Amino acid sequence: MNELIKLSATELAAKLRAGEVTSVEAVQAHLDRIAEVDGTLNAFLHVNAKEALAVAAEVDAIRAAGGAGAEALHPLAGVPIAIKDLIVTKGQPTTAASKMLEGWMSPYDATVIEKIRAAKLPMLGKTNLDEFAMGSSTEHSAYGVTRNPWDLNRIPGGSGGGSAAAVASFEAPLALGTDTGGSIRQPGAVTGTVGVKPTYGAVSRYGAIAMASSLDQIGPVSRTVLDSAYLQELIGGHDPKDSTSLPNALEGLVAAAESGAAGDLEGLRIGVIKELTGEGYQEGVQARFNESLELLKAAGAEIVEVSCPNFKYALGAYYLIMPSEVSSNLAKFDGVRYGKRVLPEDGPMTIERVMGATRAAGFGDEVKRRIILGTYALSAGYYDAYYGSAQKVRTLIQRDFAAAFEQADVLVSPTAPTVAFELGANDNDPLAMYLNDVATIPANLAGVPGITVPGGLSENLPVGIQFLAPAYEDARLYRAGAALEALLEKQWGHSLISQAPAIDTASIAQEA
Amino acid sequence: MSNYTDELVDFDTALDRYDPVLGFEVHVELNTKTKMFSDAPNAFGDEPNTNVTPVDLGLPGVLPVVNKTAVEYSILIGLALNCQIAEKCGFARKNYFYPDTPKNFQTSQYDDPIAHDGWLDIELEDGEVFRVEIERAHMEEDAGKLTHMGGAAGRIQGADYSLVDYNRAGVPLVEIVTKPIVGAGKRAPELARAYVAAIREIVKNLGVSDAKMERGNVRCDANVSLMPKDADKFGTRTETKNVNSLRAVEHAVRFEIERHAAVLDSGAKIVQETRHWHEDTRSTTSGRPKSDADDYRYFPEPDLVPIVTTAEWVEELRSRLPEPPAERRKRLKAEWGYADKEFRDVVNAGVLDEIEATVAAGASAAVARKWWMGEIARLAKAADKEIADLGVTPQTIVELNSLIEGKKINDKIARQVLEFVIAGEGTPSEIVEKRGLAVVNDDDALGKAVDEAMAAMPDVVEKIKGGKMQAIGALMGPVMKATRGQADAGRVREIVMEKLGL
Repeated sequence: MNELIKLSATELAAKLRAGEVTSVEAVQAHLDRIAEVDGTLNAFLHVNAKEALAVAAEVDAIRAAGGAGAEALHPLAGVPIAIKDLIVTKGQPTTAASKMLEGWMSPYDATVIEKIRAAKLPMLGKTNLDEFAMGSSTEHSAYGVTRNPWDLNRIPGGSGGGSAAAVASFEAPLALGTDTGGSIRQPGAVTGTVGVKPTYGAVSRYGAIAMASSLDQIGPVSRTVLDSAYLQELIGGHDPKDSTSLPNALEGLVAAAESGAAGDLEGLRIGVIKELTGEGYQEGVQARFNESLELLKAAGAEIVEVSCPNFKYALGAYYLIMPSEVSSNLAKFDGVRYGKRVLPEDGPMTIERVMGATRAAGFGDEVKRRIILGTYALSAGYYDAYYGSAQKVRTLIQRDFAAAFEQADVLVSPTAPTVAFELGANDNDPLAMYLNDVATIPANLAGVPGITVPGGLSENLPVGIQFLAPAYEDARLYRAGAALEALLEKQWGHSLISQAPAIDTASIAQEA
Repeated sequence: MSNYTDELVDFDTALDRYDPVLGFEVHVELNTKTKMFSDAPNAFGDEPNTNVTPVDLGLPGVLPVVNKTAVEYSILIGLALNCQIAEKCGFARKNYFYPDTPKNFQTSQYDDPIAHDGWLDIELEDGEVFRVEIERAHMEEDAGKLTHMGGAAGRIQGADYSLVDYNRAGVPLVEIVTKPIVGAGKRAPELARAYVAAIREIVKNLGVSDAKMERGNVRCDANVSLMPKDADKFGTRTETKNVNSLRAVEHAVRFEIERHAAVLDSGAKIVQETRHWHEDTRSTTSGRPKSDADDYRYFPEPDLVPIVTTAEWVEELRSRLPEPPAERRKRLKAEWGYADKEFRDVVNAGVLDEIEATVAAGASAAVARKWWMGEIARLAKAADKEIADLGVTPQTIVELNSLIEGKKINDKIARQVLEFVIAGEGTPSEIVEKRGLAVVNDDDALGKAVDEAMAAMPDVVEKIKGGKMQAIGALMGPVMKATRGQADAGRVREIVMEKLGL
């Protein structure tokens, strides 16, 4: 393994600036790693080698020329990044891991992609996900499962399993994810990586294929907290194309991560959410969580217990609001303007029947399940009981958060109740899969930010620790997250990800 | 299913037994520069699918952004219709699958329209005024345009395929919905026409719409129901869609009243449905059944934030409101002193603006009306042009009139001068100068012409001497001929009298 790929994004950026390594070398090292292991992992749906190398060469040339051009380069310029294939990109296919968009090329870039291009981060390619981001395991991709680098027979989490696996397996130092109910944080937890769901509106959603508009948020995926801070500062800020984006950019994220890593937690009040521990949480997960609390306490943090009594309704409310928005957001995939078109095999050729045949063939089962649920929940006569009640729960959860943040500066919980489950374990039980998001969903319903940081191993599999902060206070996440990361690594004497086993590419047949 | 062979009951007979209840949904396309939720141009008549952005095509990942000007125009419409303006309102998604709707939902307003609870006084031709209550005016986006190919007359039935043009998709619309209109009786068709005409006039006057019905800028859905004279509950209604001319609105309402009466008289029930209007047969046919339970699965549009209208903003917009057309007409009629019929003719001829400008430029109201309703209207008709397109300015009229009053030219010559103005030869003064058209009131020249005429017509001279003053007119022809029409008739008359010592 080329040592270059083991560097964090920040470390690699420093070497690029110092001229110790070129961006072309760094990109090529990651492309080599992808060639080596991705046949086994299937983290990438598309590898963008040519363009990535061209951007890398451009950065190298600017840097070689020196002067104002080199000075003006973004700190992450030349550091490669992987993009979840839910985010539209010019020049590369965007599929949302669905047959519906097989071969579709977007004529426009998402706002976050424009920012990444402007900062000259070479894009390595597009990563796998559950179809249209619906799932917690990446088993629901139309293009095959992604495997967890820690155990190839286990899920990498979802929906952003591709981005998490790519970062965990050193195929990329950075990736973009999207988080509607935990799709950045839960994969981060089960792959031993860092993932952040920013405050709703902190990052433009323009160009992220909508799953549930009121919950979706793009965020960073990385191996260190500091790397995520840099990436969120790059992709965040107001976007006139997204009416729900915040008027001002959130600042001080990198500084917060740096101050957290220095270890001073004096006076920080950390609230343990009573409802997100105990029953339903694996023993090993609970043990790592408790150890993390002890470390934080020893470093000067004040640990308090808070109660969020309405969190028990969060999962139910989520599975009404999310499918309702899904049923409307996915209506546009009908074969009329772009993407897949399937003609009915017999009978009259009417537009309704073409749309029906297209949607029947183009969507997978999990997507159909949610469209049907949402269509039902929005129906006249049921709207108040389902969508209306769920929106009220949302308000109650926001109040729970508001009350908890009176007592604590940040809240903490395990990110997911279990370590990565085995591929196929929940095939016949979608509800069991849905339960994996029980700790991450409240943040989406309330619009508050959340981070997952590696908290150790249970059964040789990663456990994630989640911090939550009030809306707009993403900096607090970076401070607490970086502090815990530093405390744990100091205790272990190494990073968690450095303990990941070598990927046995021979054990799994390479997929065509 | 109903069809062209619907039985009808004579209109007057129908209204002897039933009271009609009307309701209108009028869609107004706003003339903003860009669309409701994207920065694509809002323009009519361009190459298909050129005025589109990823947003208008409903591409994966796109988001809408509200056009602030469209919101302002909507508030202006609300204020002009005496509505309350919502302090806070939002958009909702109306979900249905149809290929002219790129997202397969229309972004509209549902239970919180931007304007609500207004009214509009509608004056019929004879001056009777009906107050129409406005339930709401809400914002939404237009759909694309489907063209059905291969079938008869562009209908979807029998078509081989359809083409869709998304240039219109996303064009801002305001839908104005009335409360049920009761009590119009036999004047219902007339009121229907007058109501739509009033809406069209208001939005044109506000400058928020091109208001061309033939282009679909203003489109009317007309709801009609009948209730027996002694009933206290409304009957079942039908909604005749897209009645897109004033005449058609009147005819459609009349037709539906006659058809409903026949159905009810036969003891059958009216089917609640949409109806299609056919201009060729002046009748409606059954569309699709419509029930109040059509399930569009409305829910609040999560991609947009609520619109908050501050009092300052609304008042600033209110201060921009032009004088309402009806009030302006009342004021002008009083200022100009026209008789009812004179004024109505002016309105119907569409020259209110021209007369107002001509009066403002210094002409009297009577002179302005004489020209615009007389010679200019005649020339426009002869040239098959709109009066406004002739190129006659208020200044032309003022100048012509002052030439006449200064006795430089007479009426007949003035009419010739006007034709030369229209032909682009210059201003009236320039034309009179260039063409030597000034009247002759040089007494020597006139005296000579009068002498010649009197010498040639001794019998006429005798009559005049005998006191028949109107006989002077007979001398006028030869005098005019001798002066090539440029004689001042008044002066000729005076000279004749002087010469005869009268």
